[in-house]
Amino acid sequence: MNPFSSGTCLRDMIRAIRACKTSAEERAVVRKECAAIRASINEDDQDYRHRNLAKLMFIQMLGYPTHFGQMECLKLIASAGFPEKRIGYLGLMLLLDERQEVLMLVTNSLKQDLNHSNQYIVGLALCALGNICSAEMARDLAPEVERLLQFRDPNIRKKAALCSIRIIKKVPALAENFINCAASLLKEKHHGVLITGVQLCADLCKVSSEALEYFRKKCTEGLVRTLRDIVNSPYSPEYDISGITDPYLHIRLLKLLRILGQGDADASDRMTDILAQVATKTESNKNAGNAILYECVETIMSIEDDGGLRVLAINILGKFLSNRDNNIRYVALNMLMRATTLDAQAVQRHRATILDCVKDSDASIRKRALDLLYLLVNDNNVKPLIKELIEYLEVSDQEFKGDLTAKICSLVEKFSSEKIWYIDQMLKVLSEAGNFVKDEVWHALIVVISNASDLHGYTVRALYRAFLTSTEQETLVRVAVWCIGEYGDMLVNNVGMLDIEDPITVTECDAVDAVEVAIKRHTSDLTTKAMALIALLKLSSRFPSYSERIKDIIVQNKGNVVLELQQRSIEFNRILQKHPKFRSALVERMPVLDEATFSGRRAGSLPTAISTSSGAPSNLPNGIAKPATAPIPDLLDLSSDDVPAPSSSGGDFLQDLLGVDLSPTPAPSGADMPPKASTDVLLDLLSIGMPLPVQTGLSASDILSSSQDDKAPFVNFNGLASLSSLSANATSPANAAPMMDLLDGRGPGPQKSEENGQAYPSLVAYESSSLRVMFNFSKQRGSPQTTLIQATFTNLSSNVYNDFLFQAAVPKFLQLHLDPASSNTLPASGDGSITQNLKVTNSQHGKKSLVMRVRIAYKTNNKDVLEERQINNFPQNL
Amino acid sequence: FQIHFVLLISRQGKVRLTKWYSTYSKKERSKVLRELSGVILTRGPRLCNFVEWRGLKVVYKRYASLYFCMCIDPDGNELEILEIIHHYVEVLDRYFGSVCELDLIYNFHKAYYILDEILISGELQESSKRTVVRSVAAQDSLVEAAKEQTGSTISNIIAHAAK
Repeated sequence: MNPFSSGTCLRDMIRAIRACKTSAEERAVVRKECAAIRASINEDDQDYRHRNLAKLMFIQMLGYPTHFGQMECLKLIASAGFPEKRIGYLGLMLLLDERQEVLMLVTNSLKQDLNHSNQYIVGLALCALGNICSAEMARDLAPEVERLLQFRDPNIRKKAALCSIRIIKKVPALAENFINCAASLLKEKHHGVLITGVQLCADLCKVSSEALEYFRKKCTEGLVRTLRDIVNSPYSPEYDISGITDPYLHIRLLKLLRILGQGDADASDRMTDILAQVATKTESNKNAGNAILYECVETIMSIEDDGGLRVLAINILGKFLSNRDNNIRYVALNMLMRATTLDAQAVQRHRATILDCVKDSDASIRKRALDLLYLLVNDNNVKPLIKELIEYLEVSDQEFKGDLTAKICSLVEKFSSEKIWYIDQMLKVLSEAGNFVKDEVWHALIVVISNASDLHGYTVRALYRAFLTSTEQETLVRVAVWCIGEYGDMLVNNVGMLDIEDPITVTECDAVDAVEVAIKRHTSDLTTKAMALIALLKLSSRFPSYSERIKDIIVQNKGNVVLELQQRSIEFNRILQKHPKFRSALVERMPVLDEATFSGRRAGSLPTAISTSSGAPSNLPNGIAKPATAPIPDLLDLSSDDVPAPSSSGGDFLQDLLGVDLSPTPAPSGADMPPKASTDVLLDLLSIGMPLPVQTGLSASDILSSSQDDKAPFVNFNGLASLSSLSANATSPANAAPMMDLLDGRGPGPQKSEENGQAYPSLVAYESSSLRVMFNFSKQRGSPQTTLIQATFTNLSSNVYNDFLFQAAVPKFLQLHLDPASSNTLPASGDGSITQNLKVTNSQHGKKSLVMRVRIAYKTNNKDVLEERQINNFPQNL
Repeated sequence: FQIHFVLLISRQGKVRLTKWYSTYSKKERSKVLRELSGVILTRGPRLCNFVEWRGLKVVYKRYASLYFCMCIDPDGNELEILEIIHHYVEVLDRYFGSVCELDLIYNFHKAYYILDEILISGELQESSKRTVVRSVAAQDSLVEAAKEQTGSTISNIIAHAAK
């Protein structure tokens, strides 16, 4: 050991860390070590640099921060000796990644080492470059790597080949420089060089059509020959794996042939013989052989072929499927999935085996099998398969139920030729796994039920029965409550009995009990409870003798902490007490819901619903954390839709259906209807979608949708600000800014002018040749310290930006909250934009102005771009 | 890249080696480690060696107390990855001489040096175990030679100081 050493050596440190019994002890040891290393770094102690870095790598592996050691890597790399460089490059690869700017500093050292006379040092530099090179480094160092592809030592050539792969992936424009060198690597005998050369060619084909054409013309013949040689090669101990010479080389050759054969009949034709030979002659009793067969099957299925080879391929998969090894069965399922598009009939033959795999104890196999089975369902086999799947749903693992339920629902919808079959299957799913059923699925079920007038009685009775036995399934409760509200009279009087039904005696009291259970369940969420309230209101008219009891239940919710329920209860109570005349007309049965409108809306609105509901639960201004459930996405996509026809059962029926209308629409819509103001306002408040007596003015959805494009209409409704502000509290944060903005302008009570939304001009926060960022400001009423910023990003270049990510940082006196962005893809040439909302709270409001550092990262043309900038020109007094 | 990352995790959930070929931030890295050790360590025996995870696939294999995991694209060849894992294990075994977890803890840097001779940028570099071991051994001897040189200079200094 070094006589001048201070502190512990690597081995001692590892031993000390391993001896720790608690994580607190471990932290203490690491803290002490890190302190010693920092001290040593500060003294610029050259003798221990090597050891310090080794220690840091170990510490980093335990998950502790080690950024302070990054510069040490660079110093070691810059030193002359091999040992220092070796550990330095290792540290570079472990402690840094390609996004760190420190990396730019290493480019020069790398360049020198790539030209070093010691080939092992060249190897180290190539390895590091291959593992962490960024686009800038790729551009700077590509000529060196290109030259090293012809280096005398094969170990350098193979490293250079893999390094080239990284370079062309980072900067595809450099691909053409590598085509010729890559082609010459294909003639090599050294396996390492051959393997990496083939891989390089495959990746060149992916980024350059020029390369693909070149290799297809010049190299197909030679590659076929190389594959034949390796397949027929005698035993060679160095490369042998269970009787096969270099399976890795086999696989890479098959992969490259696949790329060359795809879409080119001539090239495909030249490789059929050798593919047939590999498919028939490869031993399938060991993993290595199966790996080759697997690759070969994929190549056969991808190239242009007359069908003879495909039979061979599907037979191999059939054999795989009956294998007892789970790995082999897994890959068979995986591959049969791709085979369904080529030869569905052949895959159908294995249906029974695949169904068994759905019930396998291995989650990976189950998932693959379910995906495959989903593709195999058709009109002829749907009924028995769905029966099997629903039976399995009862016993399946909890974590599998979500997938399984989604697939069953989708299939039942897709193949629902008979309504009664569809309703029956859906009821089974709802009773078994209702908690896994997506909102749009049970919405669709309600639409179908509404349309099947001859099944109303049957359905409500079946739901009632199911409800009694499985109250813990949320969506079952919702659909049941909705149906009991609508068709309660049919439930009680056994209207429309079908022959297949058992008679059932349900009293009016039982029906009200059921809804009461739903509203009082602890697990019921806002939507269910709100639906139950509506159902009660409806039942009060269906069962007049129970109207007093219903009133009592409604009154109990007048003090509910959830604003929505409280408001509803108060309103409904008023209707029951003050407007008996209107009641029966108000709560008439819903008109038949339009299936066409629904399916159209669903198709069009799905992406919006997904993007908003994936956001974090929104914190509403009135302090109620509201889970991102159905109503919010519904409202949002309503507002982003094209203006729907102003029919009350059309575009806005979903919110009618739910009766959970959290939008600010009811209030404004009353304003244009002075003659019938009292009833119409009530109708709208209830948002029960019965046809209005007179279709005057704008429909609710009209107003909401126009508000997105143009703020003008809102101005007309100033007088109703007090009413609408209540419901606007529930607006989702995604479009919170404009809403708040509008409300601010017309809210009741005195307001300071500086809080007015219009007071702040928009700001071009950042503009470069490729990107423009606009900030729009608004203030939240009552909190002058908080600024809502809507950032709009516009792409000024002609290339699409992918993986777009906006980040911002603020000094301590500010607090910043970022909402999720509207998208992470930014279309080219200003053809669309991304918006993202920010909320900044300024604790030094009035004293200091806002300041922000922003960083924008995205991918364009397969390369990463990072733009950074400090924004100091915010308007004063924000 | 064919392989997005390589992980070695002990049965107790301790991380023994991580190598990232695709870009993951610090935060993402620790999340990946947490999530995957949860999934893989709890999988029962005799199940298949593949786990579908975040749209990718993780191929793993247990050798004694260590799980070797490699993450690939969904259309990658899982069976081949199993072979690559085994290839790495065999090289480790040759290099250390019946390797055990302790070897990889105290000589973790050696495990990385060997991996760097097998994979670059997530692609296979060398299919011959002998070539890999030779190359690592040649570099080790360069380090030894350098050490002896500095060792002798230091003893010279000590000798001077003692005078």
